[in-house]
Amino acid sequence: MTKTIRIGAGAAWWGDRVEPAQLNAERGELDYLCFETMAEATVSAAQVRARRDPTFEGYDTYLDDRMRAVLPACMRQGTKIVSNQGWINPDAAAKRIVHWLRELGHTGVKVASVNGSMITDRVLQLTDRILENGQPTSTLKPTLISAEAYLGAEPIVEALRAGAQIVVTGRVADPSIFMAPMMFEFGWDPLDHVRLGQGMGLGHLMECGAEVTGGYFSDPGFKDVPEPWNFAFPIVEVEADGSAVLTKVAGTGGAVTLQTVKEQMLYEVHDPANYLTPDVVVDFTQARLEQIGPDRVRVTQIGGKPRTPTLKVSIGCTEGFIGEDMFFYAGPGALRRAQLAKKILEERFRIVGLQAEEIRIDFLGLNAIHGAATPADAPEPYEIAVRVAARTATREEAIKVGREVDGMAVSGIGHTGKRVPHAERTREVIGVWSALVPREQVPASVHYFES
Amino acid sequence: MKVLLQHIAHARSGDKGDTSNIAVFAYAPEFYPLLKAQLTAKRFKDFYAGAIRGEVLRYEVDNLEAMNFVCHGALGGGVSRSLCLDNYGKALSAAILGFEIDVPDELRPLLRGTHLLAA
Repeated sequence: MTKTIRIGAGAAWWGDRVEPAQLNAERGELDYLCFETMAEATVSAAQVRARRDPTFEGYDTYLDDRMRAVLPACMRQGTKIVSNQGWINPDAAAKRIVHWLRELGHTGVKVASVNGSMITDRVLQLTDRILENGQPTSTLKPTLISAEAYLGAEPIVEALRAGAQIVVTGRVADPSIFMAPMMFEFGWDPLDHVRLGQGMGLGHLMECGAEVTGGYFSDPGFKDVPEPWNFAFPIVEVEADGSAVLTKVAGTGGAVTLQTVKEQMLYEVHDPANYLTPDVVVDFTQARLEQIGPDRVRVTQIGGKPRTPTLKVSIGCTEGFIGEDMFFYAGPGALRRAQLAKKILEERFRIVGLQAEEIRIDFLGLNAIHGAATPADAPEPYEIAVRVAARTATREEAIKVGREVDGMAVSGIGHTGKRVPHAERTREVIGVWSALVPREQVPASVHYFES
Repeated sequence: MKVLLQHIAHARSGDKGDTSNIAVFAYAPEFYPLLKAQLTAKRFKDFYAGAIRGEVLRYEVDNLEAMNFVCHGALGGGVSRSLCLDNYGKALSAAILGFEIDVPDELRPLLRGTHLLAA
């Protein structure tokens, strides 16, 4: 019988549910459980927080919740874990996992941390141009917070070869987290772009968790899935040549169908024939999908092309502040009152001299989400929130937005609904830029710990 | 007959920086040629009016009976800089479901959501 490995997803982002990870650990019969917990700005936001809050450990703030939920079953069943919960401090995350292993009475478990993605102090020497606007990266010097390269699967494979049962990383390309176990188990060569293309494509289908099992999908009356309150995270059964079946734990809500898999295949993809990753260039345009049973989709023939000589770098920069607030109208004539309120705010911002790079005043309920794409004949809603936001260079300017909304309480117009501010109405903007770095300039290093 | 796109296709949007990719998938193979012929990159961009400030590129993905519209300048300068309440543009894909498309009458049995169509 040919060898098949089962890889399950444990998270698709920092705020994801923990319960489906535990379900996969307990009932997924997994060889590997993989967690993806970082967004584009995660590292920069963590750097900002670490500067201000000396108690911040620098790793996923839900690390304890996630590990306590899955470690008992994973240790019992010999399921290995690969996770990017290390954020800006993979060593600290690994030590924390060792702490939980000991708490649970598991000694002698090897935990590895993958480091090396952080290149903040070298990025301006190593990179040349900003991909988005063609400017020299040196223009970012005054505002630079952090820079990290997207590493590939190889350092994770190295850690697994050394006997690690749990591997926790900093920035690694999301799909690489899921492909590393395939490379390790099947001995795929890092330059075998045919197999890596298929494996990385599978990783891409797994990296967003429930997005392939019925999440971010339902549209009532058009495409429904059962029990959309009870999703499982996906499981992929992979064979040595990369052929695979996507599925989920039986008895859960959601669905794995051609439609859910197709939607995820193109999610956040630009050119479907050239999806760039650190390990391989993936080609989705020849992929074959077959529904071979309920909640079972067979995925084959995802193509691969040789990897590029560079790695992508994300560069986070401070870019000022956003001030934001809202207030409300309802009943007959809600829209005409909202329109006058908008005019009042525009005049008030002029009177108080608001210095803003951009101001946006929307009618939530009518055009706050689709903006200029809202049809001209969209019906007038019964209720409207007037939502105001401005991007400014300083926090002092951003504060003016909320202060002028405060004025709408007793100095506004009739029938204005208004909240007493209960949350911070300004926030810092961390802009993210991209650049390329020669891959040999960013060597990874793996550290080992033992419970 | 003219119907809204939602009756023949589903869609999903994803974000990368200031670019939103909005993929449109035919519910049935018979609908895919209609999408290809009628939902051009230019019509797509025009439909979103000022919400997409940059270029729209259309990729045909025949094996998935899908088209991927890569929309530059659609996310208010980038997810973290955007002043839009939906700064990731997760709901942006829903707008195109309102695009009007011409469907041959004989394909009517394949339409989705027929409860919303006039008899």
